[in-house]
Amino acid sequence: MKLNTNSNAYIIIYSAIMVVIVAFLLAFVYQALKPMQDANVALDVKKQILYSLNIRDLDGAAAEAKYAEVVKSESEQDGQKRYECQIDGKNILVASLKGMGLWGGISGYIAIDSVGKVFGAYFNHEGETAGLGAEIKDDVSWQEKFIGKQIWDEQGNVVLSVVKKVENPAAHVDCVTGATLTSNGVDAMLKDGLKNVKPNAEEE
Amino acid sequence: MALFSKQNKEVFTNPLNLDHPILGQVLGICSALAVTSQLKPAIVMGLAVTVITAFANVIISIIRNTIPNRIRIVVQLVVVAALVTIVSQILKAFAYDVSVQLSVYVGLIITNCILMGRLEAFAMQNKPWPSFLDGVGNGLGYAMILVIVGAVRELLGRGTLLGYQLIPDFCYDFGYVNNGMMTMPAMALILVGCVIWVHRAYFYKEK
Repeated sequence: MKLNTNSNAYIIIYSAIMVVIVAFLLAFVYQALKPMQDANVALDVKKQILYSLNIRDLDGAAAEAKYAEVVKSESEQDGQKRYECQIDGKNILVASLKGMGLWGGISGYIAIDSVGKVFGAYFNHEGETAGLGAEIKDDVSWQEKFIGKQIWDEQGNVVLSVVKKVENPAAHVDCVTGATLTSNGVDAMLKDGLKNVKPNAEEE
Repeated sequence: MALFSKQNKEVFTNPLNLDHPILGQVLGICSALAVTSQLKPAIVMGLAVTVITAFANVIISIIRNTIPNRIRIVVQLVVVAALVTIVSQILKAFAYDVSVQLSVYVGLIITNCILMGRLEAFAMQNKPWPSFLDGVGNGLGYAMILVIVGAVRELLGRGTLLGYQLIPDFCYDFGYVNNGMMTMPAMALILVGCVIWVHRAYFYKEK
């Protein structure tokens, strides 16, 4: 007997069986690979923190070891992660940042030294345009422009800014050419993320 | 039937030259433009597409006689989507940085015209082994273009290949500047155009 592959019953049963098989297969793959994926994500976060501390050339186990050596403690406040680090005897505070770029979320880590200046910065994005907004992540020399900038004024207001026209070289960073909106996003992210950090930094 | 009969050889080599998916049929351009700014993601993307096309072809070819004609596109999509999801999970587990670079484009392999084209035009009518060869051939044809374009763009745009600096420092001292335009997607289009031009002029013969 030859099956009528065009009957409605056959089509419904066929699709049902197919979907169940595929669902089981995908669930199995997902479960089997999840531990490795989680480890990769965790390592990626550690590498980003190291990037913000200007340690950019490590990978895998070397990055893990360096992270364990440098980062002394971590805490969380209002959804912002803070990491107390020690490099060459200097106490550095790394704070996580979250903000909005042009097409999606942007994030970053900023390292602050004990006198309230930027020690290093790293930014990441979800979907900014390659060559324009994505330069906040790809252009290391742009991230290095933040080093040594002043973050707060005497009253505790955040003065570190990303601007089109640098008027105060001590605290202003030139924005990325062709990526004004993403740069504005970085600026807002810095203002928002750093306004509550200062009290902690002073306690050290 | 011999594994590498004349017919099967043609199935494998045609997409590499005469019936090339990008050069001849101009399929799959969108992802070719997006992932070729550096060589490494281009290679990984090419491999991923090759593997997925080959296995999707084999699976569809095996079940081709049971597929209800009215929902055959749905069945093809489910098979492709399942394979793509598996590949993307594997990349996340074993090549995390590359999967971040490729971002959405791995998922978008599902809609890659090369895949749907081969499933519909070849795997639905042919036995598993020729379908496998056809899939590998088309995937490699696609990968070949990605690698050529990726290599040119990375070399001229960043002065590196696979991350290793090839243009010596003294060139930069003499005023050589990386061509930033090469990292823009538009240059991929122009390069693919150049490749198609060379291919038409020197390798392609009308049947």
